[in-house]
Amino acid sequence: MKLREVIEVLSAEILCGEKSIDGIEIQNGYASDLMSDVLAFASPYVLLLTGLTNIQIFRTAQMLDIPAIVFVRGKMPQVDLLELAKESEMPIIVTKSSMFDACGKLYANGLLPCIIPDRQGG
Amino acid sequence: MSAEIYEEEYSIDGKEFVAIGVASTKIKAALKMLGIPSDLIRRASVIAYEAEMNVVIHGGGGIMKLEIHPDFIEIIARDEGPGIPDISKAMEEGFSTATDKIREMGFGAGMGLPNIKRNSDNMEIKSEVGKGTEVHAVIGIKRE
Repeated sequence: MKLREVIEVLSAEILCGEKSIDGIEIQNGYASDLMSDVLAFASPYVLLLTGLTNIQIFRTAQMLDIPAIVFVRGKMPQVDLLELAKESEMPIIVTKSSMFDACGKLYANGLLPCIIPDRQGG
Repeated sequence: MSAEIYEEEYSIDGKEFVAIGVASTKIKAALKMLGIPSDLIRRASVIAYEAEMNVVIHGGGGIMKLEIHPDFIEIIARDEGPGIPDISKAMEEGFSTATDKIREMGFGAGMGLPNIKRNSDNMEIKSEVGKGTEVHAVIGIKRE
């Protein structure tokens, strides 16, 4: 799915990274407010959907080669996060949709989930 | 790449929660610059970031070291914090001693050490209560 379509489907607002948007196409999405789990379970190049807004959300995304972040529930990312995202030209998108709503719309439009690996003690 | 070892050490401030990830970002950039394959860079970045997080939130600061050998990458994280009394417990998924502040930021779910292990080909933890903790994580580089 093209990131441009994601933005349309979610009626989302682009906060930065406009220049990178047309070059980004994603296959999978991962939605979580728990970055510990994003680091453990998100596959490479996924679209991250979250309601957390602190700077570590950007760092998590950067470590995992996540190309763009969607903030749900109209949550605005913190200023220091936006500054880092602007520097690296990562698209930051905000939608008023809830997490469930945003995921449902993207799933219905062909975005796939990440596979959670089997593991012991999980 | 020549057979020379690339080595760099990064100091980690224990008080600055906002700065968590700065050293890992540098590690990621160094690996990229040295032409390491992107899947290995991602694994190394996750290891570095999880380890850096631990050094700040549990160790009160310390150092991280990146070593690139001809056939493996090693990431070392060291702190002089309280140490881990029961390492096997700390390796259990879901076990965490993180504070509410860390949890509010979206971390501290007890996934860090298991995640470091999952992304490593070999991982070792040395820890002594009252003295500190040292984590070694190794990723093999397969050459075609």
